[in-house]
Amino acid sequence: MMSDRAPVPPLALDRPNSYIGRSVPRPNARRLVQGRGHYTDDVAAPAGVLHAAFLRSPYAHARITHIDVAAAKAAPGVALVVTGAEIDQVCEPWVGVLSHFKGLRSATQHALAVDHVVWQGEPVVGVAALTRAMAEDALSLIEIAYAELPPVTDPDAALLPESPLIHPELGSNLAFALTVESGDAEAAFRDAHTVVSGDFRFGRHSPVTLEARSVLADFNPSERRLTVHQSTQTPYQMQDIYARHLGLPQANVHVIAKDVGGSFGMKLHVYGDEVATVAMSVILGRAVKFIADRLESFPSDIHARDHRVRARMAVAADGEITAMIVDDLTGVGAFSAYPRTSAVEGNQAIRLMGGPYKLRHYSGNLRVVFQNKAVMSQYRAVGHPIACGVTEALVDQAAAAIGLDPLEFRRRNLLTDDVYPYTSPTGYLFERLSHHQCVDKLERLMDYPALRADQAEARTKGVVRGIGFAVFIEITNPGPAFYGVGGARITAQDGCVLTLEPSGNIRCAVSVTEQGQGTEAIMAQIAASAVGVRIEDVRVITGDTAATPYGGATWASRGAGIGGETVLITGKALRANLLRLAGILLQMPPDNLDISDGLIVDNATGRERITLQELARIAYYRPDTLPQGVQAELTAAHHHVPRGQPFAFTNGIQASHVEVDVESGFVRLLNHWVVEDCGRVINPLLVDEQIRGGVVQGIGAALFEECLYSEQGQLLNGTLADYLVPMASEMPDIHVDHVSTPTLHSELGAKGVGEAGTAGAAAAVLNAINDALQPFGARLSQMPATPERILRALGKLAG
Amino acid sequence: MKPAPFDYVRAESVHHAVRLLAENKDGARIIAGGQSLMTAMNFRMSSPALLVDIGELEHLRDITLTADARLRIGALTRHADLDASPDIAAHTPLLRKAIRHVAHTAIRNRGTFGGSLSHADPASELPACVMALDATIHIVGPDGDRVVPARHFFTGVHETALGAGEVLVAVELDVIKADEVSGFGEFARRQGDYAMVGLAAHGRIAAGLLTAVDLAFFAVGSTPILARRAAAALVDPATPDPAQRLQRAREALSLDLDPPDDPQSSAAMRMELARVLLGRVVGDMLARGAGA
Repeated sequence: MMSDRAPVPPLALDRPNSYIGRSVPRPNARRLVQGRGHYTDDVAAPAGVLHAAFLRSPYAHARITHIDVAAAKAAPGVALVVTGAEIDQVCEPWVGVLSHFKGLRSATQHALAVDHVVWQGEPVVGVAALTRAMAEDALSLIEIAYAELPPVTDPDAALLPESPLIHPELGSNLAFALTVESGDAEAAFRDAHTVVSGDFRFGRHSPVTLEARSVLADFNPSERRLTVHQSTQTPYQMQDIYARHLGLPQANVHVIAKDVGGSFGMKLHVYGDEVATVAMSVILGRAVKFIADRLESFPSDIHARDHRVRARMAVAADGEITAMIVDDLTGVGAFSAYPRTSAVEGNQAIRLMGGPYKLRHYSGNLRVVFQNKAVMSQYRAVGHPIACGVTEALVDQAAAAIGLDPLEFRRRNLLTDDVYPYTSPTGYLFERLSHHQCVDKLERLMDYPALRADQAEARTKGVVRGIGFAVFIEITNPGPAFYGVGGARITAQDGCVLTLEPSGNIRCAVSVTEQGQGTEAIMAQIAASAVGVRIEDVRVITGDTAATPYGGATWASRGAGIGGETVLITGKALRANLLRLAGILLQMPPDNLDISDGLIVDNATGRERITLQELARIAYYRPDTLPQGVQAELTAAHHHVPRGQPFAFTNGIQASHVEVDVESGFVRLLNHWVVEDCGRVINPLLVDEQIRGGVVQGIGAALFEECLYSEQGQLLNGTLADYLVPMASEMPDIHVDHVSTPTLHSELGAKGVGEAGTAGAAAAVLNAINDALQPFGARLSQMPATPERILRALGKLAG
Repeated sequence: MKPAPFDYVRAESVHHAVRLLAENKDGARIIAGGQSLMTAMNFRMSSPALLVDIGELEHLRDITLTADARLRIGALTRHADLDASPDIAAHTPLLRKAIRHVAHTAIRNRGTFGGSLSHADPASELPACVMALDATIHIVGPDGDRVVPARHFFTGVHETALGAGEVLVAVELDVIKADEVSGFGEFARRQGDYAMVGLAAHGRIAAGLLTAVDLAFFAVGSTPILARRAAAALVDPATPDPAQRLQRAREALSLDLDPPDDPQSSAAMRMELARVLLGRVVGDMLARGAGA
């Protein structure tokens, strides 16, 4: 298949000493497993640091009629008690809209609620005290009188004319609507041989990062300088936010994110309690720290998903999928998140529907509604599991209706290798996908015929097993089309500064950030390969606005593809600088020299001519020995943004093998397989672990995770005992393999891999459960597939 | 998630602990492993003014065979101790079976037998076990020592027969006899989670049939519940066929149990799982036969 392609240009990285494609251990792994990580709560607190705690709304919807903080102000150790109105005096509120989501609306959001609370858990009053315990003691002394308002919780009910309004100034609870039409879907349905349909529900999730949201702000009034240590994916975005909303020159704001204990998209949104913490530091001229605890993380971290999708698929007699009609209703909580909005999840869900397949007739209708619940916004694999879950469930139903094996049915309908570049009916541009190679590889990897034989044999013993597939596509490497075009001050470019230090080591300052996924290892591999040094001689610096160039950082699987390409370009530039200098010293044309393992070598013979260490010594300490007029350029700096396509696409297929206990409804995961194509694999170990971690999150969606709300908008399971995250004991072995179709829009060819596992895992598991239940005439179309839902589908529970 | 301010005293003896409780009538709590109490305090669901730590009273950690062939288990026995004890494995296999369902290793290393019983969580395994085994609960209080049958000890959600100032010091139970058999099972969403439904059972077996059995279901009400009608059906001499006995027991279960609805599970789901569990646990007991 690869031979059909234009020849791939020779890569600077295909060098004898390249680290690309090698499972190099992460330089930070030893530090992290030895407990030497440096998370925000580990930062040595400045003298006089105060600890913040927040009183949160106990109601989903209410008017604040009175706040009495007198007793809290007088409590021991308390330095400051602030309300929303007081924070507003130093901090401008925000509205989570962007212009490229036409018609998207949201209300003004204050760091702390002013007069009106719109979700249970919304911060209302902040306290800064000498200890967190003292701050919490003071919270218990605050009296707030509320007048309860009727809550809006159900997304369908939110749009009824008689529904209460969450933001009366908006006139309705509709935040955003979008229709995507291509071809003539209605006609295709009229002509269809078979139509399958479903009413799908996807539960709300909470991200549950190991490290909770954390911020340590230190405002120095003498210089009006603000230093913020924060557990964030996006230090530069936060620098810009703090500068603009607190009225400080951007140069005066320094944001540092050292180790970050997981983010999954949760740590790039603006949170009222965090901004209020920073504002309290500005008010006091003193350091203030806020570490969210689990009880407040559940109702205040952004939530994810929460879709109800009614969808139909039209199929011709020969098994060709001709059309899909999709209606997605998604509830985003009380506000559209700032600054990235809450429209992206629905937008991507509605546009990714049917994405892997050849169908040309599509009608998608999206409505995004406000609810009196925690704000929903971008989380790992934004919109993907919804589109994949709906499409792949319908594909399985269609295969069964036509009487074809589900894998064979997919083969007949997947985009073929000869169509690229291809624009999907929803407007997505696919440079080149590898669906059929992935399907073939997966079929071999899982030994599909043997599993079907096992399934039949197990049935004779009363053991109920099922096999499920999910083909997926994944959006990565986002360019300015993602946010910048909508007016957001969120950059899509990255920057890198590479320096040969006097020791001969390479210092790599890069704008992408480390969230625990191994970004720094990837950057070190690329820098070492591009310059020609040993990886242990590269020191990567990330997550510090004062030490690294301005850049987009880490989200939407952009680290390797955009940040990595930036490092590669910069590395090649530094190598050229160093070879020019070496050529002058050695009186040779630079083209006849190379750098390998930290040595300047003769290109022709590979013979060592001079070490980089020696070159650095001369350049830094004895430049007097260089010819007149020669200046050693020991630093290279470059920026890079993807051009040529708005964002990249990867693809792959997953399979799940399950055993269903049809008496109890419990599901045992027997095995899981993934074959995916992230383009060039830079570090197989890290790529596979990204896939596995993503699959585990997808399994969480399929079987366990769901924020349960009462009709009154109370979060009912906001603890780790009640909200079920996937745990190791229940996880199957996850087998990962790859097809590699590098993108030609970059030299590195990496497309990103962070969303892939999550994108498809849940659909594969649900399809496997439904495959198992098929002989019983039962089918589930709701995630998570809890034992109770399975027993209900089996008709075993009355009522 | 920080506890409200509290005082702390390490008790030097059981009587010292009892005295401290008496002196701080409403505001003192005993702390042992702290695996439930500390969480409740951090949630500020419990705000005792004084914690009386009995953790140093090593003699409460003993497992001993008494002269009258009973096993005496000290209240401070850790879950991990129960798991590791050859005496427990040999003499009360039900506890051995149950203990690995209690939370996770880290919690079992600190959590105590007496603490679990005193805490009386309706979804806990060990209260159901001591009810199935008809154990006795040994208590020291300001008015002296007393013994309460386990079947009268649990009175509600987190409520027990322990009076003001009383400390649970030990549990005694009969060692398993040659013709006895025990069974245990639970449905939990994940390994170590609170059970959706659980069952601790202990019975006598003869000629492949149960001749006596006690069924203590948990997580189906405010306390563990002895399913007496189902138990009667399982040993009904008028029904010689074990499959028929089981079927009647499953039907009778709806008279014994009235499980609650909660966000994680409906009453109907709990009832159905209880029936499934009954069949599996009894099937397992019959398959294994006496002495285990």
